[in-house]
Amino acid sequence: MKQIIILAWRNLWRNRRRTMITLASVFMAVILAIAIRSLQKGVYASMISNAVRFSTGYIQVHAKGYWDDQNINNSFEYDPSLSAVFQKNKDISLYVPRLESFALASSGPHTKGVAVTGIDPEKEDEMNGLAKKIIEGDYFNSQPQQGILIGDGLAEYLQLHLGDTLVLLGQGYHGATAAGQFPIQGIFHYPLDQMNNTMVFLSLPDAQLLFGAENSLTSISLMLQNENAISSAKEFIEKHVDSTYEVMEWPAMNKTLVQEIQGDNAGGIIMLGILYLVVAFGVFGTILMMTMERKKEFAAMIAVGMRRFKLTFMVIFETIFIGLIGIVSGTLIILPILIYFHRHPVALTGAAAETYQQFGIEPVMPASLDPSIFLYQGITVLCIAILSAFYPLWYINRIPVAGTLKQ
Amino acid sequence: MPVIEVKQLKKTYNETMVPVHALNGVDLTFEKGEFTAIVGPSGCGKTTLLNMMGGLDRPTSGIVTIENDDITNMKAGELVDFRLNNIGFIFQSYNLIPVLTVKENIEFIMELQHRNRKEMEDRVRYLLEVMGLSDKINVRPRYLSGGQQQRVAVARALASKPKFILADEPTANLDSKSTDILLDLMAELNQKENVTFVFSTHDQRVMDKARRIITLEDGKVISDIKQVKSNEARHS
Repeated sequence: MKQIIILAWRNLWRNRRRTMITLASVFMAVILAIAIRSLQKGVYASMISNAVRFSTGYIQVHAKGYWDDQNINNSFEYDPSLSAVFQKNKDISLYVPRLESFALASSGPHTKGVAVTGIDPEKEDEMNGLAKKIIEGDYFNSQPQQGILIGDGLAEYLQLHLGDTLVLLGQGYHGATAAGQFPIQGIFHYPLDQMNNTMVFLSLPDAQLLFGAENSLTSISLMLQNENAISSAKEFIEKHVDSTYEVMEWPAMNKTLVQEIQGDNAGGIIMLGILYLVVAFGVFGTILMMTMERKKEFAAMIAVGMRRFKLTFMVIFETIFIGLIGIVSGTLIILPILIYFHRHPVALTGAAAETYQQFGIEPVMPASLDPSIFLYQGITVLCIAILSAFYPLWYINRIPVAGTLKQ
Repeated sequence: MPVIEVKQLKKTYNETMVPVHALNGVDLTFEKGEFTAIVGPSGCGKTTLLNMMGGLDRPTSGIVTIENDDITNMKAGELVDFRLNNIGFIFQSYNLIPVLTVKENIEFIMELQHRNRKEMEDRVRYLLEVMGLSDKINVRPRYLSGGQQQRVAVARALASKPKFILADEPTANLDSKSTDILLDLMAELNQKENVTFVFSTHDQRVMDKARRIITLEDGKVISDIKQVKSNEARHS
């Protein structure tokens, strides 16, 4: 085998220029494929992260029927035994209680419909870093009576400043009137304009008081240590809570997002397919030429006693070397660039940013460093390289020794 | 016991179109240690006969026996292994592996035979010494002259310690000086190692060195002459 590997390696460098051109095509394909997939997956991860952190969590526990009819009347009374269930599962890193409803926000002559979310300040901050998004004023503290946090878009629309009072008017639990006035304690800014324009946060007790839903929650969002443990964690919770609760995974709660990702992903795979097809023809051409120009040499090797399967292995090794060199060199070049863009995501501006915002996506393109991207692209390139060698291998197994030697 | 026995060997090409009878019932026997030249005009069947004797091609009918082994009925894989362990080949255009050095080209056959490293190294050193190529041990074939390359090819053919060596026009691409050197070396090895050599050739110098000359014409043996010395002949 050593002899075959040595032969394969040296054969590769017989025609350096041709091998380098083929390697360059594999190298470029690997770079492009990894970069495209990394940015795609990075954006998907960012979209999912937005949806999970700011909205549903990886798993959400709510009253049965709440998801189809998101109404405060479908809230549930918080039972401390739920916390005990969450704490029992090692994959659950955080559980975040919320009371969510809608109200009309008013200030002077201006009004706007807003989404009101009552939060546990500490847990909410841990989940989505809300405290860091405060650009004016302060985040909630541990005092029972708190003010309100509003987005900078809403503040601008209602012409409100820190310390001004915002009036909220809406429908509370079981038809009660929800009315309250809250001093503006902080103004936040999220990368998503939709959130800045329509969201307000109250402390959980304040929200429960406003909506007349004492000790009630509309949902508990769960964050996980390992996002691959979603199904097992869901199963665990379902086993330990009664049937008045519904436990949902994030894809079920974000179907549009999942479909959007699937559609875009399919487009990306088709693009990669075209790219790989071009590479496959490049590798095929090289291996075929390398085979054809050596057929007399192959015939002589068979004549002196080398079995055809060994020649086949030799050509397979040549192909694998081409694939591996392209994969390794391409990965080594693209990896530091992707690490940079993972740490410093490309911030989109202009029309592109607006499009992202319209879909509720943060207008950034982070690169993903998911090892599966590198692994799958590597395996794909290697498989393509080996598939490209099929015809040359078939040819080798049919070389007529005597006739070829005579040529 | 003869090393090679050829019985009623026939080879017909293009059997379905216009048949060409390359060999037309050849009967020959080669004893151990013979130094034989097969001669004849182009297309008389010299190379075809060598290919059949070497198991590189299958006859239309007839048999080739190497020390009682009928190679005409061997499976392809068995035949490759048989060639590896019993037959040495020397080709007109050398056919050395260009990416291997002289040493590696000679070792190539022995590695296929799974010989141990020490044995391979001793054999390579011995053969290169005999061939006068000891100083070229780590040189690749493209840096050697045609004569030197053919001497490496002879060393490669002998490396596996074959029962006989088939050489298809081994001097056709060589100048006269290289031809003389090569023939002297092959004659010396024939004596030293008692290896049977069978050549196909047009070259008079090869015929002069040969101790037996078989002449083919239209796929048939028309004469088979054994020479005690180059100028002293008798018909067998």
